[in-house]
Amino acid sequence: MMTVAAQPAQATSGGVGTRSRRRSVVWVGLLPFAGYALVFLAIPAVLAVGSGFFDNAGQFTFANLKAFADPSILQQFFASIWIAALTALIGAIVGALVCFALLGTRSDGFLRTTVDSAASVLAQFGGVMLAFAFIATIGVNGFITKALIAAGWLDNPLTSFGNNGPLIYQVAGLSVVYLYFQVPLMVLTFMPAMEGLKTTWAEASATLGGNRFTYWTRIGMPILAPAFFGSLILLFANSFSSYATAAALISRPVITPLAIKQQLTSETVVGVANVAGVLALGMVVVMIVLMVAYAALQRRASRWQR
Amino acid sequence: MTVANATTTDLILPKPSSRGVGPRSFRVEPSRTTRTVILGIVGIFFLVPVFGMVEFALRVGQPVNGLQTYGFSHFVAVFDPVNSGTYSVLFQGIVNSLGICAITVAIVLALLLPTMIFVELKFPRLRRVLEFICIIPVTIPSIVLVVGFVPVYSVVAGIFGSYPWTMAFAVGIIVLPYAYRPIAANLAAVEVVILSEASRSLGAGWSSVLWRVILPNLRRGILASCFITVAVVLGEYTIASFLSQNTFQTALVLIQHTDPYVAVIFSLFALLFVFVLLILIGRLGSGGRRNRRSA
Repeated sequence: MMTVAAQPAQATSGGVGTRSRRRSVVWVGLLPFAGYALVFLAIPAVLAVGSGFFDNAGQFTFANLKAFADPSILQQFFASIWIAALTALIGAIVGALVCFALLGTRSDGFLRTTVDSAASVLAQFGGVMLAFAFIATIGVNGFITKALIAAGWLDNPLTSFGNNGPLIYQVAGLSVVYLYFQVPLMVLTFMPAMEGLKTTWAEASATLGGNRFTYWTRIGMPILAPAFFGSLILLFANSFSSYATAAALISRPVITPLAIKQQLTSETVVGVANVAGVLALGMVVVMIVLMVAYAALQRRASRWQR
Repeated sequence: MTVANATTTDLILPKPSSRGVGPRSFRVEPSRTTRTVILGIVGIFFLVPVFGMVEFALRVGQPVNGLQTYGFSHFVAVFDPVNSGTYSVLFQGIVNSLGICAITVAIVLALLLPTMIFVELKFPRLRRVLEFICIIPVTIPSIVLVVGFVPVYSVVAGIFGSYPWTMAFAVGIIVLPYAYRPIAANLAAVEVVILSEASRSLGAGWSSVLWRVILPNLRRGILASCFITVAVVLGEYTIASFLSQNTFQTALVLIQHTDPYVAVIFSLFALLFVFVLLILIGRLGSGGRRNRRSA
């Protein structure tokens, strides 16, 4: 239909020759954005990932990759992956439950607009401020911590977790804070798939003698599985790459993003050059693997969303 | 869609039986109790830290005999001229952030939006390429991009000087995925090509096609994308901290060390502000859907 409409319009706009000439001029319109994306996206991305391959003298080298043999760097990477996996899994399950609970509510009703907005705020805006919220809650002077102490529990897990100081300044505490933006992100990304479930499928299953349990185990869950795992990957990536919340709470380089900060601000000795670039490269490799998996799952999921 | 669903229901299940026992047993939606329990428990987990912030901000002095007194003294102190020196960094950070917001919105409106419309009209094959470019910042964490921004900005600072507003170029990239989506959804819902050809065939020039046909139709998507841009820019911390610029978020982190109460007060207000902003987006969206249905 679109092509039918397009042909006469092109025919009136002149002969073949003028059209191709105008095409070549029209390309200019794409240049401003292309230039912007080149200077502020392509160049920084290449610089960030590429800098890991150069030594201090500016010579190309693979030697910097030896940084990944450094035990502290490995440990940071492991901690990053661990916290990402844990918060993604819990966030995905809780978020999916919330989506399920919201099923059947009006999408423009009060409940849904409130939940949607709150989820957007926490998932995309919070960062540093979420850290403060938890300092005021389970921090050393947080109201829950104070209540526990007032109740006579002086050495509670919040003030001293694993003999390592307050919980909130450790990776374990960080994962509690991360859940505060992971669950909302799950609600945002998984709700469209949940809403894509067609009422006709439930009717079909009922005419075949199914009940609610068989509907969910044989139809709902299998159909939602690709979308669920896709969102799970997105949550993993989100937690793996987030920096602001961790930086506001912890100054030691316990996870890779914090290690990049430390390497950029004060080069600590690992024995090779451009460690920040090497770490950036490592993160990008993980992210690319995740995104390829996400794209594959998304293709499967979208099959049912038309 | 609702109409289509209703007819299929009528065909498959005759009216009387749809009121009977059978259909009720396979209602997909959770029962009211299940819904209340799930949303209640999750809701409490999410409200506790908010309560924590409010409680923390209202504290006055140290507890005496285990009893904490509450009041608005920390709120009042923010606007007390005596403290203007202490809080000036915070207010300057807010001003800087608002400036960066304005320029980033301008980047979205002057660079992203025209390119998206242009691609839709003239180069539909490039749509996937543009989408890919706009999604890249999701794949590359800002903490990684920052490693590349630092050298780029040593050049930028040489050209423009090291002003906070120059950060908008970098933040504009971070914002791309968020700004792209609402406009793209709006573009997909409106037949831009057909509309523009219709108006062209009625004798409209390209400028009136753009200003009087395309942009009014994209109003909702553009507004939503501007709002979300403002939210993301106000919450941006990573880039600002690495480029050593004073913005709202970096100022919050700075002031948190000397006066945690004020940091919490401002966080609370910022969260509320963006929450209301996003409620407005939601209202816009649902309002639109209702209008289209009646049209």
